[in-house]
Amino acid sequence: MSQNLKGIVTEIGDITRFTLRFFGVSFRKGYEFKEMLRQCFFLGYKSLGLVIITGFIIGLVITIQSRPTLVKFGAEAWLPGMISVSLVREIVPVITALICAGKIGSGIGAELGSMKVTEQIDAMEVSGTNPFKYLVATRVTAVTLMVPLLVVFADAISLYGGYLGVNLRGSISWNLYWAQVLDSLSFGDIIPSIVKTFFFGFAIGIIGCYKGYTTQRGTEGVGWSANAAVVISSLLVFILDLVAVQITDLLQLV
Amino acid sequence: MNLQNQHIQDTVNSDIVVRLEKVCKSFGNNQVLRDFSMTLEKGQNIVILGRSGSGKSVLIKCIIGLIKPDSGVIHVLQRNISGIGLHEIDKVRSRIGFLFQSNALYDSMTVRENLEFPLRRHRRQMEEKEVNLLVEKALANVGLPNTADMMPSELSGGMRKRIALARTIILKPEIILYDEPTTGLDPITAREISDLIVELGRKYQTSSIIISHDMNCVKRVAEKIIMLIDGRCYEEGTYEQLRQSGDEAVRKFFEP
Repeated sequence: MSQNLKGIVTEIGDITRFTLRFFGVSFRKGYEFKEMLRQCFFLGYKSLGLVIITGFIIGLVITIQSRPTLVKFGAEAWLPGMISVSLVREIVPVITALICAGKIGSGIGAELGSMKVTEQIDAMEVSGTNPFKYLVATRVTAVTLMVPLLVVFADAISLYGGYLGVNLRGSISWNLYWAQVLDSLSFGDIIPSIVKTFFFGFAIGIIGCYKGYTTQRGTEGVGWSANAAVVISSLLVFILDLVAVQITDLLQLV
Repeated sequence: MNLQNQHIQDTVNSDIVVRLEKVCKSFGNNQVLRDFSMTLEKGQNIVILGRSGSGKSVLIKCIIGLIKPDSGVIHVLQRNISGIGLHEIDKVRSRIGFLFQSNALYDSMTVRENLEFPLRRHRRQMEEKEVNLLVEKALANVGLPNTADMMPSELSGGMRKRIALARTIILKPEIILYDEPTTGLDPITAREISDLIVELGRKYQTSSIIISHDMNCVKRVAEKIIMLIDGRCYEEGTYEQLRQSGDEAVRKFFEP
């Protein structure tokens, strides 16, 4: 038990050191901007399809599931407003972040892990390149910037899914639906939900890179790193979400 | 002679390109290098011979600054690499080539991009035309001129080794460190790689430290062999001298 606790504390310490190293390296001269843009394409654009499909399904499903309860209370007209708040504030940012943790986090963990065990990171270092700056700083920055963008896309497509969901059993015009959605959403709903996704992205990037960069025990370690990257970053997404809700509440943005 | 005087001596005697003085390195309780000392002269090919896990790879990673020794001094091209900053060590590294045991080709890049990588990092001012020319020349030198647009995954083990060798020589290094260059290759390919090491050494007038268990390779490339046993320089000499050694621990390596 005490051994496990010691392991967890050590891991937290190592992740903190790794994060501080990221900030130290990122603000130093000679940023790898071209590589960062390349990573934005690979990590962001290549995840867009998956995020759009899941966003659409979430919007549709949440609308279909919420309808019977509102009908029971005779509040069917509130459906667009209610689903838009739940989707934009909470469901879409968290689900999108979890999908990114699964796709991007595991991808980074496995890629850097295999580079580590096949000495590619060492080869980079002897080629006059700081591998931390080239591999870690670029990926973490790219994920931090791409996750909020993906969430915005997913928000839009989930609300479109909601529109189709409302029209499955009822009937609402395109203009009325969007008028109701925009009426019920305020900046206090949108801004905190976007801001927290930067932190989700950062957590996914830093954990994926940490796990990959510190991979040990050969090819077996690569699988373990990819797996641990998903588990830890998913857990962090929930913890950060909890903290974000508390801060939003304290600032009376709810 | 103190270390500063020794450094001055090396600078005067510029034939010495690598000098290790009482290098120690341990991992936990496992001490892999104990007061290890050696010198490499200009144009010389030295083979480090020792059992698996005896610290041979650790030794050459110390020489290129990938691993920091616990104590001792490592002079490479008249620079004490344990006491210099990142920028300075990059300058020294640009004059050293390192052939990794696993080849360490970047999986996500084509052969051309793999070869261009060190050029773009160390020779930032170089024009595109010149880069292309150097890539073509390096590929021709290893006998694979038409592979530039292939991915490493499309190449056989021997071809990967040759490409890794091409990447190592592209900056025309003064010293090349080879980490088990023939491991995992069939005897014919292993012989070709050994011959290529000798040929490239002559062509570019490089000094080399080669780590190998492959006695055929050792016989072909070694001008001098250093036996690394118990973390120390146990014995050194030519292939024939060590083959006829009276020491059982040394002779065992040369038994068929």
